[in-house]
Amino acid sequence: MALLEIRNVTRRFGDFKAVDAVSFSIEAGEFFTLLGPSGCGKTTILRMIAGFDDPDAGVMLLDGQPLTGIPPERRPVHTVFQSYALFPHMTVAGNIAFPLEMAGKSRDEIARRVAETLALVHLEDKGGSYPHELSGGQKQRVALARGLVNRPRLLLLDEPLGALDAKLRVEMQSELITLQREVGITFVFVTHSQQEALALSHRIAVMNRGRIEQLDEPDKLYGLPANRFVADFIGKINLIEVEVAAASKVLLTLKAAGLGEIAAADARPLQPGERGCFALRPEQIRVYGRKESADLKNRFDGSVKELLYLGDVTHYKVVLANGFAIEALMPNAAPGRAKFHEVGDAVTVCWRHDAGIFLRD
Amino acid sequence: MRVEPPPPPTPRPGGGGDGGSPPISGSTRLARPGGGARLWLWAASLGVYAFLYLPLAVVVLFSFNDSVLNAEWVGFTTRWYDRLLHDGDMLQAAANSLLIAMVSSSVATLLGAMAGIAMQRYRPRLLPFLALTPVAMPEILLGVSLLLFFRQVLDLTLGLTSILIAHVTFSIGFVAVIVRSRLAGMDESIFEAARDLGATPWATFRRITLPLILPALAAGFLMAFTLSIDDFVITFFVAGVGVVTLPLQIYSMIKVAVTPEVNAVSTLLMLLTLSVVILAARFAPDTLKAKA
Repeated sequence: MALLEIRNVTRRFGDFKAVDAVSFSIEAGEFFTLLGPSGCGKTTILRMIAGFDDPDAGVMLLDGQPLTGIPPERRPVHTVFQSYALFPHMTVAGNIAFPLEMAGKSRDEIARRVAETLALVHLEDKGGSYPHELSGGQKQRVALARGLVNRPRLLLLDEPLGALDAKLRVEMQSELITLQREVGITFVFVTHSQQEALALSHRIAVMNRGRIEQLDEPDKLYGLPANRFVADFIGKINLIEVEVAAASKVLLTLKAAGLGEIAAADARPLQPGERGCFALRPEQIRVYGRKESADLKNRFDGSVKELLYLGDVTHYKVVLANGFAIEALMPNAAPGRAKFHEVGDAVTVCWRHDAGIFLRD
Repeated sequence: MRVEPPPPPTPRPGGGGDGGSPPISGSTRLARPGGGARLWLWAASLGVYAFLYLPLAVVVLFSFNDSVLNAEWVGFTTRWYDRLLHDGDMLQAAANSLLIAMVSSSVATLLGAMAGIAMQRYRPRLLPFLALTPVAMPEILLGVSLLLFFRQVLDLTLGLTSILIAHVTFSIGFVAVIVRSRLAGMDESIFEAARDLGATPWATFRRITLPLILPALAAGFLMAFTLSIDDFVITFFVAGVGVVTLPLQIYSMIKVAVTPEVNAVSTLLMLLTLSVVILAARFAPDTLKAKA
């Protein structure tokens, strides 16, 4: 049985459907992420799980028991707020002790568990400090410790890394992974950052306009996006408008206006004439000089319009014959790479036939 | 004396001296005017403060004047204060005023805190108007309407009770505004966080909300106290004949003449109000703004 099951949950605000018949389930021990642009309904779902909001329709089951009507304080679910929401008049230790005191634990147990949890988040020496004396990263850890200390069945994290600077965010990401593995508590993480979601999660639900567009593991989401929205939202991608020209059992031939034929691997029974887009990640593309040989089926001539040298990689924008500016990412340390291509250089872009995928409209 | 103006900005000692120096870059303040302009500014400020405080200073000065007349300085004495302490009517009035101020500001603090919390939490449209109207309404209007209400509608005998109700009425708004502004400066998610972490609504109030608004409650109480203790107009309408407060007593005394004893009691009242206002400002620095 799933730890949390959400069935057909809908939440309306006036005429606006913030959450529209969403269903999914979360297994115990999972690091589950709700990912989407702002206003997609992810925070509304989180608030309904926490008990600050109620669905207009649908059921939510925790350990098989319906959550409807249970106030937030009686749900074994704790939240780490985006603003941390630390109690300013209590010390760090006081903040962490709060959920234990509310649960009526004994004084000895509270002292022991607070000390353990402080050690868990590496804040052993900050127990007596007040929240305003802490740095952003330390506040973040206190908020995590406070959410974890009473061992909730679910820990909800509402964009917890949003307020941190870029470097600290990366550090906290790996700490979060380690922490979740150590405590074994199920995490439900809400973010609008696809990079964060990919780095942290076991599974990700990509949301848009109150609906789940795709629910999958990070590598599947990245490699096999289900539709245009997911393809575009997760990572960088080239989306080329195409029409199916011919489909055999394994090979798909696509026609792109003004460009010619693109070969792709696809086992689906597709009919000629079907429209859609061909989705291709920049790192799947090779950029060669015109004279260099490349034994690849998909080859298109173009010229370099822009390039961005990023040290480890170079990011190219190449304009093709039909005017489409295709983006390519070339590792600078790749063996056999002869030289940089300059802006204005005539080049050939090519990719393997199984490098991209066709997304039906 | 209701509003305490902020102290004048003190100029830097030595003062630069070169007229029309450009503003210091990186500073958000306007450059101080130099030379003649500065002199004018000082003169104007001094004039304003003199206008505000000179009359009060005169009252204080003449309360120590060894003469029955408020005409010329004769010599220093404390006998007017001594006489105050033996004036039965005056002491009774002072006791009444203190009792009314204590009780009415306690009740107003309780009700005002509830109103302030509700205003912040539920964002009602009507409540702020209802709570603040008695603050903005001309006192004489409030006095007359309360008098009519007590006599014609409730048929209440005027006295301590009617004064208390009236004082609570005009104090609630001040407390509500102070409590609300305290809560407005806080991250609202801490109250949700408390519930989320297992606190019932009552435990959330006791452990989180109450400790956080305590300074505002103290400031609100003190503010209500100063309003109550020196209120004249409204009290005049709703006091009836039995109960006399300090301001009413002073008024009845100056109907005859402004005696040095009036100066003495005014000085004491001034001192009390001032110290309470200063105390309130320490609890909540934005209190004075709320009162103005």
